[in-house]
Amino acid sequence: MPVVTLAEAIARHVRDGDAVALEGFTHLIPFAAGQEIIRQRRRGLHLIRMTPDLVYDQMVGAGCAAALTFSWGGNPGVGSAHRIREAIESGWPQPLAISEHSHAGMAAAYTAGAARLPFGMLRGYLGTDLAAVNPAIRAVSCPYSGERIATVPALNPDVTILHAQQADRAGNVLISGILGAQKEAGLAARKLIVTVEELVEELAAPMNAVVLPHWVVSAVACVPGGAWPSYARGYYPRDNAFYIAWDEISRDRRRFSDWIERYVLATPDFAAFLARLRADGGGP
Amino acid sequence: MTRPGAAPPWTADEMMTVTAARMLWNGCVCFVGIGLPSAAANLARLLHAPEIVLIYESGTIGTRPQVLPLSIGDGELAETAGCVVPLPEIFAYWLQGGRIDVGFLGAAQVDRYGNLNSTVIGPYARPKVRLPGAGGAPEIATHARQVFVVLKQSARSFVPQVDFVSSAGFLGGGGARRRSGAPGAGPQAIITDYGVLRPQPGSDEFALTARYESVAAADAVRATGWPLVVADALEVIAPPTPAELEALRALHSRTQTAHSRPVKLPV
Repeated sequence: MPVVTLAEAIARHVRDGDAVALEGFTHLIPFAAGQEIIRQRRRGLHLIRMTPDLVYDQMVGAGCAAALTFSWGGNPGVGSAHRIREAIESGWPQPLAISEHSHAGMAAAYTAGAARLPFGMLRGYLGTDLAAVNPAIRAVSCPYSGERIATVPALNPDVTILHAQQADRAGNVLISGILGAQKEAGLAARKLIVTVEELVEELAAPMNAVVLPHWVVSAVACVPGGAWPSYARGYYPRDNAFYIAWDEISRDRRRFSDWIERYVLATPDFAAFLARLRADGGGP
Repeated sequence: MTRPGAAPPWTADEMMTVTAARMLWNGCVCFVGIGLPSAAANLARLLHAPEIVLIYESGTIGTRPQVLPLSIGDGELAETAGCVVPLPEIFAYWLQGGRIDVGFLGAAQVDRYGNLNSTVIGPYARPKVRLPGAGGAPEIATHARQVFVVLKQSARSFVPQVDFVSSAGFLGGGGARRRSGAPGAGPQAIITDYGVLRPQPGSDEFALTARYESVAAADAVRATGWPLVVADALEVIAPPTPAELEALRALHSRTQTAHSRPVKLPV
């Protein structure tokens, strides 16, 4: 498991048309990796994520995605994810095929994927219209009682990308705080890329900590601040003011495209992205 | 005291939040949605329900935030929680496992049987407005022992039939929910800016059972997209007490200060 730059990790492991999951539930969202995918102009991706918020708003608006599997897509506590919404409502910058679930359904699908089972199951979707619009949501009869139980096909992304607090030099990764479905999504994937705040000599991991051992990780890149504007417990808090500001930046196609051009496409990496935001008086 | 027609010295949002908070009891295990439900649940905790167990879908159990979270997974929720569990676990073991007393939800639309829409306005394939989607709500609505809904009332949001059932209430009414096999009892109250609607025995249709002092029942009927039934014994909800308003305003003020604090990365 090599420690590489983020640019190398994306170049090596993410292909046009791949099914790619960037996970992290509000916490530890791999923003730097999403922006590097934009920078390398990947196209036709099937993006998977429980909560496509700003990170997928950026990737969808920048034209990276052809499909989206999700359970909640918005700017949490603020409103719409305008770029995702416009892609669904009017096909800009390109049409976006959607496969829509509930959180419990996505969690079951990742859990099945990590266990290499064909499907996950739950007492879910009861009485809702989701099963009517998503043919992937089906049901089985319990072989013991006959009860009908909802099923979702396992999610096995080509690549899952996570952000975490620390890795050691062997590439073992430590995650703490709100976990979302990071571990399940990571183990469900064929390849796993992790960006971290810090490389350390030794992980100070309590016995039951969430550790992803180096031999399930395809690449680790050290990208301090790489979850901004989400947060990394122990390093920096969530930048709620930026989430609020994003509503204005993303509302208009032109303003969004100018923002992506100036801060992402025209900068070589995440450190330069942060530096340019700061130079313009808007950075963390 | 205020009379119908006179503007009271508190906002409709404040009255709704206080009314919703009063419905939660000490020790209640509450699965909390973001926005007004979160404000109400935390107000209850700060006032009459100090031992309430607040659970957010991000996996934070028994959380006691000093400021309201903007998102469902703000760090404040984790740092003040009794424990933090993985997300698949919160849905499988805690919600589906039947450990939740009250699910507390918002939505964009609700219909006469308490079915909730947070997915689309208009047809799904060609939506007029694409909303964020269901998130955790479908299974919260299924499994919580009962559900409270907080939503501002208007003919656009209180519709005869929702455009899309994101989360099931009483489905088509008349016992349809019970026959569907849903473990929870479904929505037992919709708290609005006019008063409180509750399901009627037999039909499962929501009727106005309580109103605020400053509101006439006819106003609530006008703000509803179906012919809203008004209960014969229409209760009048007591106005917010100074203590309730003070606690709520202090909570919002702390929250606003915290959310506008600039973040500095350590790099």
